[in-house]
Formats: sequence, C-alpha cells, structure tokens
Amino acid sequence: MKFTVKIKRYNPETDARPHFESYAVEADPIDRVLDVLHTVKWHHDGTLTLRRSCAHGICGSDAMRINGRNALACKLLVRDVVKEGGTLQIEPLLGLPLIKDLIVDMEPFFEHYRSVSPFLVNDEPLPEDGRERLQSSEARERFDHGTKCILCAACTTSCPSFWANGQYVGPAAIVQAHRFIFDDRDHAAEERLQVLGEQFGVWRCRTAFNCTEACPREIPVTQLIGEVKQALASGKIE
Amino acid sequence: MVHHHKFDAIIVGAGGAGLMAALHASKAADVAVISKLYPTRSHTGTAQGGIAAALANMEEDHWEWHMYDTVKGGDYLVDQDAAEILARDAIDAIIELEHMGLPFDRTPDGRIEQRRFGGHTADYGKRPVMRACKSADRTGHMILQTLFQNCIKQKVKFFDEFFVVDLILEHGVCKGVIAQDINTGEYHVFHAKATLLASGGFGRMFKVTSNAHSLTGDPVAAAWRRGLPLEDMEFFQFHPTGIYKMGILLSEAARGEGGVFINDKGERFMERYMPTLKDLAPRDICSRCMYLEVKEGRGIGGKDYLYLDIRPESINKYKSAPGGKTVTAHELEQKLPDIIEMMRVYQGVEPMKEPVPIQPTAHYAMGGVPTDNDGRVLAEASGKLVHGLFAAGEVACVSVHGANRLGTNSLVDLVVYGRRGGRAMAEFVKGADYAPLPKDPEAAIISELERIRTQKGSEKAVKIRNEMQEVMMDNVGVFRTEAMIQTAINKVKELKERFCRVQIDDKGQRFNTDLLEAFELGCLLDLAEATAASALNRTESRGAHARDDFQQRDDANWLKHTFIRYTGAETMEPTRMGATAIDYKPVTITRFQPQERKY
Repeated sequence: MKFTVKIKRYNPETDARPHFESYAVEADPIDRVLDVLHTVKWHHDGTLTLRRSCAHGICGSDAMRINGRNALACKLLVRDVVKEGGTLQIEPLLGLPLIKDLIVDMEPFFEHYRSVSPFLVNDEPLPEDGRERLQSSEARERFDHGTKCILCAACTTSCPSFWANGQYVGPAAIVQAHRFIFDDRDHAAEERLQVLGEQFGVWRCRTAFNCTEACPREIPVTQLIGEVKQALASGKIE
Repeated sequence: MVHHHKFDAIIVGAGGAGLMAALHASKAADVAVISKLYPTRSHTGTAQGGIAAALANMEEDHWEWHMYDTVKGGDYLVDQDAAEILARDAIDAIIELEHMGLPFDRTPDGRIEQRRFGGHTADYGKRPVMRACKSADRTGHMILQTLFQNCIKQKVKFFDEFFVVDLILEHGVCKGVIAQDINTGEYHVFHAKATLLASGGFGRMFKVTSNAHSLTGDPVAAAWRRGLPLEDMEFFQFHPTGIYKMGILLSEAARGEGGVFINDKGERFMERYMPTLKDLAPRDICSRCMYLEVKEGRGIGGKDYLYLDIRPESINKYKSAPGGKTVTAHELEQKLPDIIEMMRVYQGVEPMKEPVPIQPTAHYAMGGVPTDNDGRVLAEASGKLVHGLFAAGEVACVSVHGANRLGTNSLVDLVVYGRRGGRAMAEFVKGADYAPLPKDPEAAIISELERIRTQKGSEKAVKIRNEMQEVMMDNVGVFRTEAMIQTAINKVKELKERFCRVQIDDKGQRFNTDLLEAFELGCLLDLAEATAASALNRTESRGAHARDDFQQRDDANWLKHTFIRYTGAETMEPTRMGATAIDYKPVTITRFQPQERKY
C-alpha cells in the first residue's frame, strides 16, 4: 500500500528548530512501522536517525510518538496505523531533551530509574544449603507485572505530570520500585517508599492513564502506581 | 578532539556475559563497560525459554547428564573440559542469579521451576528432562535486567552508546580499545591492562535472522583485521522456529510445553525422523528435517515453510505436553505469554485456534574468538595467548557448544563464562602493568571512518548488505555444497570491492548512524568471508554444518576445531579476499567418546 510518512526532523548541527518532512512510501500492510522508517533511511534519506535494535518489542530502543501516541515502532503494524493514501506521523518522545531526529536524551529517564534503588536488597545470610531462597508462587505472582518492564520510556514520556515537570520520577521508575517493594525477598521497601513519598514522587500522578495506554508490555501501570500510593497511605505492603 | 581514559579493565558489550564479567571483575579492579547500546537493549534480553542447570527441582537430574547432552548436542566437537565446567558451574551460577533477585517461576514448594528443552535428557538420552530454569518466556530479559540492576547497586562504570571501532593490539598484547561516542562523534582512547570482548554474535550477515540489527560483530572484525584467529566459524545455528519471513524467534519452550511441528499433510513429521525426542530433538536436526520436508513438497501449500502447532487440542491429541498431561489454553497463555503475543502481533494468527507459519532463522554463532576456559583469548591453535585480551559469551568460542548449541546453553554460557572471564581478568590486572600505547593509536581507524563519511561513490550500503544477506542465507545456510559456498565467496569478494565505493548521506558528526551502519556492513563482510571459507574447508557434515556433498561425519579427519585467520597486512577496512590461512586445534575429549548421534 502507498501512503505518506511525515517525520519530525531535527539536525542539531544545521537546524535551529525541528520541522516536519514527508516521504511517499510503499509498504506491506503487515510491515512494522520500523520497517517504514528503515525504508526512508535506506532508500530516501540516510540522515534520518533513530534508535532500534531487536525489532520485535523486547529491547525497548524504538519508543516514539506514532500518530500522537507513544508506542514501539517495531510493535505496531502499518495496517493498524495508516490507510492507503493516508499519512502516518512520527515524532520523538516528548518530555526528554531532543538530540537528533527521533533520538532523545535518555539520561534523565535513567536517572529517575536509579533513584528508586532498582535492585534487590536483602542482607540476611544466604540459605545454608547453598540453594535458592524459597518463594511461594503467590508471592512471585504479586510483583509479576513490573518484571515485564523494558525501560522503553513510553509510559513516562506520555505522562502530563512528567511533561509539566521533568523532576517527577515518572511511571517507569515507580513500576520498577513496585517490582521490588512487593517482592517478599526484598528489605528496602521503606527507603523506596520514602523517595516515592517526596515532592516529586507518586503524588504527582494524577491518574491520567496515559502510561497504561502507552505501555507496549501491557503493564497496568496506573494500577501499580495506585498500589504504591496505597502502601504509602496505609503504611502496609499487601 | 580525542579523549583519553585509563582503566584496569575494559568490557566491550553490556549483555549477559559483559555484565556478569563486570560484576565479578569490579569487585577487585577498576572496570568500565562500553556498549553501543544502552545495556538493557542488549540481545540477551530477547532470550525466552530458559537457562539450563541440573537443579533437579522437578525430577531427578545430574550435571553429568547435562554435560553429556551438551557434548552430544554439539556433535562431539565440544571441548569436554569446558562442557564439564559449564554443566557443573551452571548450578551455582543460577543460584547466584536467584540471590541477586532474579524472579524465577516457582514450584509449589517454592523452588525454581524448570521446563523441558530440545536435546536436554535424563539418563544419557533416555527421555526429555525438565532442566531449563525459567521466568515465563522472558528468561533472558530477567537475566539482563537483574544483572544491570546489580551493576547499578555495585556502581559499575558505564559508557553507554559508545561504539568500539578498534582494538589497540600490538605484538600480541591488547592495550585497550578505541571508541566513538555516538552522540558527539568524538573519539575516545581507552587504555587498559585487560580488555574483555562480550559483544555477542553477528547473525546480521544472514537474510532471515533472529538477531538484533546491532549484532554485526564489530570487535570480532577488528580482531580479524589485526590477524587474530577465529574458531569454528562454519558452525552457525539455524533455529527451526523463526516467524515466517521475519525470522523473529519463537522459543523452543513452545515445544517444551508440548508444541509440535506439522507439515502440509497435517503430519507430525519429527516422529518419523527422531522417534525418541521427536519435536524436542536439537535445533540443527529439526532445521534439517524441515528443509527436507519442504524439499519433498510437504511445505505448507508447497511453499518453503511449515507449521508450529501449539493448539491445546493438538498437544492433547499427541499427548506431547510434559508427562503426557492435558493442557488448557489458559495454562499455555501463562507459560508462553510473550511468544503467543508475538504470533498474534506479527502474524495475525490466533495460536490457540490455528497453527503458526515458521521457517529456520539464523540464530547463533557457535564459533567466534577462541578462548581457554578462563576467557583468555588464544593467539594460535597451539594455545599461545594474547596478553591482556579476554572474551566471553556468544562472541567467544571456548568451545562449549561445539558444532551445535543446545537451547538454553547460551544463557548458561553467559553467566558461567562471563563470571570466569571477569574473575580471571581481575586476577590478571593485579599482576599486570599498563603496556605503553603506540603513538596515536586512534589515527588509523579515524581515517577509515573519515573515508567512509566523506567518500563519493556509486554504491549504497543497503544494496550491498541485502546482497550479502541473501547470498549467505541461500548458500551458507542449513545445507551447503562446495558449489554453493563458492558462489557465496565469489559474491562476498565482489561486495568487498564495491564496499570501497560506498557513499553515505549523513556527513555530520553527531549520532551518525548512517556512518556506523556502513562501518558495520564492512565488519559483516569480513565475518561472512571467515564463515564461508571455513565452511568450504570442512568436507564433512557435523552439527549445524551440513554438507550435501559430504553427508557423513568424518571423525578420522575432522574431529578438530578450525582456526582461520587473515594473513595480509593489518588493515582498518574489509580485508583482502582470500588472504587467509587455516589451522586446527584438537578437540578435548574426557568422559564421552564420539558416537553416532541419534535421538
């Protein structure tokens, strides 16, 4: 099928500000949006710059705004986003500093991620038999959602509160904190809840649900944020 | 402007092997990890089904059985001392991952849950065994996340989105690497006592592949261009269940949970070829059987693909689930959520109601940079070492996978040999000094990259890349003959010549991925040559290397590892075609004498 792809372009070495450029392309309806971007890069204009790696929705490199909604370019099919003769619009993620074309500076995002101590803390002696710590299937299931996160930033950069103030820790970091707070092997819930209870923590969330809609891993992000709020309010982790 | 850094140890690549090495080396040394991607983008994250260890949480199992399966799976080209380390160390390496926080699935008694996988058996090949420790079907993702989390905890130093373009290698001593900061385009010289390569595979030389776009083997090509040998490059694994045309991987876990292969006649054809393990035979065998089915006209609709069937009704009809149990759609959705979603997203198939079109996809390099059992890189087949250079993971050839890797053993390899490499490196730097750098070590590679950036010419990188991927897929794939491989070699030669006339569009400094993609293509062309030339040389069939003109395994002449090297003058561009020499290293055999490989 034939259609137009309209891409927000910005070259920091030559452009004062970003602008849109349009390309007439042909693609199979079951091609990925990423395939379309490759068509532009490889056959129209090699200067088009984007991040991508695995191309099947796991590595999290190619989150971007597609027709105004955050998604992974490798996980959306052409037939689901554009009609014959129509226009497909591609922009970089919002709320992070723009570097070039579809590439934004991910460092502020990872800074927020690191701020919630995203690692297991457990200083108790290891099992004497040299084996795994035991955990029930129910306890494992309790934090399952958060383990699916690929740190693509689609959620955080779809959040109006994050757009309003980039100091807000953002949905992705809260999901990561949740993954450890609700892991019964972990002992640092209190420290994490303290970070998340501060000025730029979970209370910045206004439950807009954009994050849940943006998540390419179908994590119920808003629900997880709600559970962290609940834990802060009640002082109980359930 | 060129920047200079000094670290005890540098790790190139931030996947499972690189991060595991970093965690262990940084306990005793000043370490930096350099990666062309953010660490969590690494391809380890796409591994799905599991990581093997004889924990015996589900049923009786022993590391000796795991070792045997690894040796037999590798068609006896495995170095058995290395396989013994793999199978033994797998157990406490998996426990270490659990202690780091990895969220494994759990058994009713709270232990790590395990599932069946191709080629993993009980009692030396008698029946499939549940050995693959798992976290749903995102085990690799959980390993990568857990290792990265622990690197943050341990404050490991990272240089993210730095592209390593060259090794500083002089008189058999590695002194560090040259990298480009992708964001600025500026170059950085990393001076190190020890350098560990953990850059993964290079499956992008093939048209249909499960490999990420980034898997182009750049540091391997750098080693090649400087005359270091590459081991067993002819052994490249084609995974049987790639999504038709796209190559995206559908894990063997699908068959571990009971899925079966089906041909156009609706026949479960693996029963005919491999009566004991059937659909859980090793990958090289399944891919060859698929190829034969297609050749004999039993591809779906006469075309070049077959079906993977995971419908509960089919699994229950064949009693192919573990223990012959009855399964429901709900259980399968829980055990295989990601791959079921991939079938839906990328093929528009409803896998609980219809079978899924699949074909073999280029998946894993058994060969690579030769190392000893502590990750030290070999300069020669004789065992002589490169001072200060280490390698671990897919980039390395220990050789623990021999002629064909078993499913889940790549993840085992990452953690076991990443850890050993990291520890060995930390030990090495204690007693080592910084070898003096040559004058302007960055000059040669910068001038090559500037040539690519500024050159005017008639060729497009995309065209050369497509032609390379096509000729390698068609001629150095699941089956090979002398004539086919020669066709590929002639084509790669032509493509290397044309590569010198590539013109790119992006002349800028910042985030110039046009430039880096062209550079990656040059690297792949060199590795394609090494792969094809090694394949041409080995006149037998073994594991993943199936020669239609030499159909038998020939232990009398070929029970040995190939060491191929470039023999011309050191260069920064693709090497002169055919300037290669081949040498051999004997296979280490300890417990298991080579036998005919039947399942």
